[in-house]
Amino acid sequence: MLNGYAGTILEVDLTRGAVRKEPLPEKLAREWIGGRGFVAKTLWDRVPAGADPLGPDNIVVVAAGPLTGAPSLGAGRVHFGAKSPATGGYGDANMGGHFGPELKQAGYDMIVVTGRSDEPKYLFIDDDRVELRDASHLWGLGTMKAEETLKKELGEEFQVATIGPAGEKLVNYACVSHDFGRQAGRTGIGAVLGSKKLKAFAVRGTKTIPLADPAAVWAKGQEMYRAVFDNPGMAQWTPEGTAGVVNWANEVGAFPTRNFSSSYFTEHEEINGHALIEKLKPISKGCQGCPTPCGKYSTAKSRLGEAPVEGPEYETVALLGGNLGLDHIEEVAYLNHVIDDLGLDTISTGAVVGFAMECYQKGLLSKEEVGRELAFGDAEAALWLIRKIAAREGIGDLLAHGVKKAGEEFGPIAQAIAPHVKGLELSGYEFRNAPAMMLAYATCDIGAHHNRAWAITYDVQVGQDKVEGKAQKVIELQHVRPIFDHLGVCRLQWVEIGFDYNHYSALLKPVVGRDYTWDDLMAVSEKVWNLNRCFNVREIPGFGRSWDYPPARTWQDPVPDGPAKGKFIPRERVETLLDDYYRLRGWSADGLPTRRKLEALGLGEVAAALADRLPG
Amino acid sequence: MKIGLREDRCSGCLVCQTACSLSLFKELNPKKSAIVIEPRFPTPGNYAVHACDQCGECATACPVGCIEKGDDGVYRIDAESCTGCLVCVEACPQKVMRVHSSREVPIKCTLCGDCIRYCPRSAIYDVDGDIAEKRWY
Ligand code: SF4
Ligand code: SF4
Repeated sequence: MLNGYAGTILEVDLTRGAVRKEPLPEKLAREWIGGRGFVAKTLWDRVPAGADPLGPDNIVVVAAGPLTGAPSLGAGRVHFGAKSPATGGYGDANMGGHFGPELKQAGYDMIVVTGRSDEPKYLFIDDDRVELRDASHLWGLGTMKAEETLKKELGEEFQVATIGPAGEKLVNYACVSHDFGRQAGRTGIGAVLGSKKLKAFAVRGTKTIPLADPAAVWAKGQEMYRAVFDNPGMAQWTPEGTAGVVNWANEVGAFPTRNFSSSYFTEHEEINGHALIEKLKPISKGCQGCPTPCGKYSTAKSRLGEAPVEGPEYETVALLGGNLGLDHIEEVAYLNHVIDDLGLDTISTGAVVGFAMECYQKGLLSKEEVGRELAFGDAEAALWLIRKIAAREGIGDLLAHGVKKAGEEFGPIAQAIAPHVKGLELSGYEFRNAPAMMLAYATCDIGAHHNRAWAITYDVQVGQDKVEGKAQKVIELQHVRPIFDHLGVCRLQWVEIGFDYNHYSALLKPVVGRDYTWDDLMAVSEKVWNLNRCFNVREIPGFGRSWDYPPARTWQDPVPDGPAKGKFIPRERVETLLDDYYRLRGWSADGLPTRRKLEALGLGEVAAALADRLPG
Repeated sequence: MKIGLREDRCSGCLVCQTACSLSLFKELNPKKSAIVIEPRFPTPGNYAVHACDQCGECATACPVGCIEKGDDGVYRIDAESCTGCLVCVEACPQKVMRVHSSREVPIKCTLCGDCIRYCPRSAIYDVDGDIAEKRWY
C-alpha cells in the first residue's frame, strides 16, 4: 500500500465505453509526487505526437496529490491536464473545492480519459462502482443546472465536475466547473472533454485515505492550523479574498484596463474588494481544509439580471472590470455568473471581449462584421458577445478560437494588441512596468498565465524598471509555486499571508512515510518544467524562442496614464530577459532545453526522443 | 464544554469533519465523523451545520439502553452491547449519529472538542468558553 495515495488509477476509454482500474505505480508516485507531476508525465507518455487537441487521440488527466484531502491548509485542490486546443501545447488547470478529496476517498488518485464517445456520457464513481452513464439529459445544460441535476439524482454527497455549453461547442477556452463556482479554468480542458462527449464526473468516496503515521499527521495538521490562526495576515486577507488585490494592482500600475492598453483604471474603487463586500454582501465559501476562504458567494443583482455567483475574484474583476471598462461590481458579478454557467474561463473570455472592443474602437472590426456596436464600458455589449461566443454564432465563432487566431484575421495592428502568449490569453497583470512579470508570462508553460510565477511582487520590491536579476527570480518562482499543484494544496496561504512552505514538506513525511525536503520537491518541479517545455517542442511545429514573445504593444506603446505612465519594455530588454532566462535554465539561445540538461534532470528518455530537435 | 453554532460563518471547509475522524478513529475520513455539513447551493447559497448538542434523544430511543450519559454530560455508546439496530440514528434530531459501511456501531460525538479547536471560522464554538474563542475576521 502506498500511504498518502488512494493507490488506483481509473482508465476510462470512451471509444469502447470501458472503464479499467490500474494500480498506481510506486515509481510514478515517488518520482512525480502527484497532481501536476502526474499530469505532465502522463501527457508526455500518452498523448501521441501531433494529436489533434479536439480529436479522439488527446487525453484528459485528472490527478490529486498526496496532500489532497489531508489535514492541511487548502487540501481541496486537484489538477486537470490535456493537450491544449488554445496553444496546441501542454495544457493544465488547477481546481479547488471538494472534488479531489472525494476522488481519493473513492479510491483513485488519477483518472485518465481517452477516446471519444458518440453519445453524451458522464462518469459515475461511487467508491468501487464506476460506470459511464448516459448524459443526454445533461447535454446543453449550464454548469449550475448540470451540477444541481446530478446532485438531485445521485445525492448531495456526490461531488460533481462538469462542462457547460461552451465546452460542448468546443470553445478553445471552455473550462471545467465544480461546486457552483470553482473551475479548472485555463487552457480549454472543457473543450477537450466536450470533444470527447464527456459532460461530467460525479464522485462519492467513503474510504479512509491511508496514512503512514496517522497520529503524526494529525499532530502536524494541528500545528499548521494553530500557526495559521496566529498569523496576522488572516485578518487582512480573508474578508475580501483575492479581490483585495485590486487596489494594489492599480497603485503599482498593473491593472488590465481596456484591453491592456492601460494599467490603471480610474474607477477601480467601484469594483475593488471593498465594493464587492459592501454591494454583494457575500458569504465566504472555500475549498476543503481552507482557513482563508477566498470564494465570495452571493446573488448578483444588476440591470443585466439576477443570479447566484461565486466571485468575482481578482482575475475576474481585472478581466471583466478594468479590461472591459466596467465600473459596476454588480455587472461584473453578473457577467461572472453568465460566463461560469456557460462553462467559459473568465480570464480568456474577458481578454477576448476586451480585444474585440479595442479592435472595434480602432476600426479594425466593423459593425457589420460584429452585428452590433461594441464599446468599452458597455456591459450589455459584453453580455451579448459572450453569448455569441458560447453559441459560436456570427463573430462569436471566430472569437471562440481566442485572440491569437482572431488577431491573425484582423491584421497586423490587431496582432500587436492581441493579449496572449502562445495562444493563451493574458491574465490579470499588465506588465509594461513589471519586467519580471512579463518574463513570467512569456515563459509560462501553458501560455500567458500568472500563477506559475507571480513575479510582479518582486518587480515592486526591487524596482519596476530593473531587468537584472529578474530571470533568476522568475525561475525560482516557477519551481516553488507549482509544488503546491503537485501536492494537491492551495498556494494562497503562502503567497498572501506568508505561511511558511516548510510546513507542507514536513506534513508530507508522516502522510507518505518518506522524507522529502523542500529542495527535493523543487527538483521535481524543475524536472516537470523542463518536461513541459519538451512537450511543447514535440507538439508545436517550430517551437522555440519566437513562441515566448509577449504582444508587440509591450515595446511599441508606452502606458498612456496612471502610475506607470510612459513605461514600456524596449525590445532589447525583452531580448535580454529571454537571454538571461534561457542561459540560467541551461537552454539554448533559441529556448530549447539541451540534451545534457535533460539528462542531468533524469529526463534522458525525453532527450533521446527529441534528439533531432534539441541541441546537445 | 458545549457546542454552539454560527452557521452563517461556515465556509464548507470540512476541517471539523476531518478533525473529528482523526480524533475519533485516527483515520483520515470525513465520512467517519459526527458532524454534518450541508451545502445549500446554488440557492440559498450557504451551509447548514449539524453537530451534537448532547440532547440525549439517542439514549432515550436505544432499545437496549447502551447509550449512557457520563459524569461529563456526554452520551456514549457502549459498543459491546450495541446491536447495530440504528434506531438512535433515526431518533437523532440533528441527524449527526452517522453510519459508515466499515462499522456496525453508529458514530457518536464524544465532545473531544477538536471541531471547535480547528474550525477556522469559529462557526463551531464552545458556548461555555472552556475552549478559547479564536479571533474573528
Ligand atoms: S484560499 Fe481560496 S483557493 Fe485557496 S484553499 Fe482557500 S478557498 Fe481554496
Ligand atoms: S470547520 Fe467550521 S467552517 Fe469548516 S465546515 Fe466545519 S463548521 Fe464549517
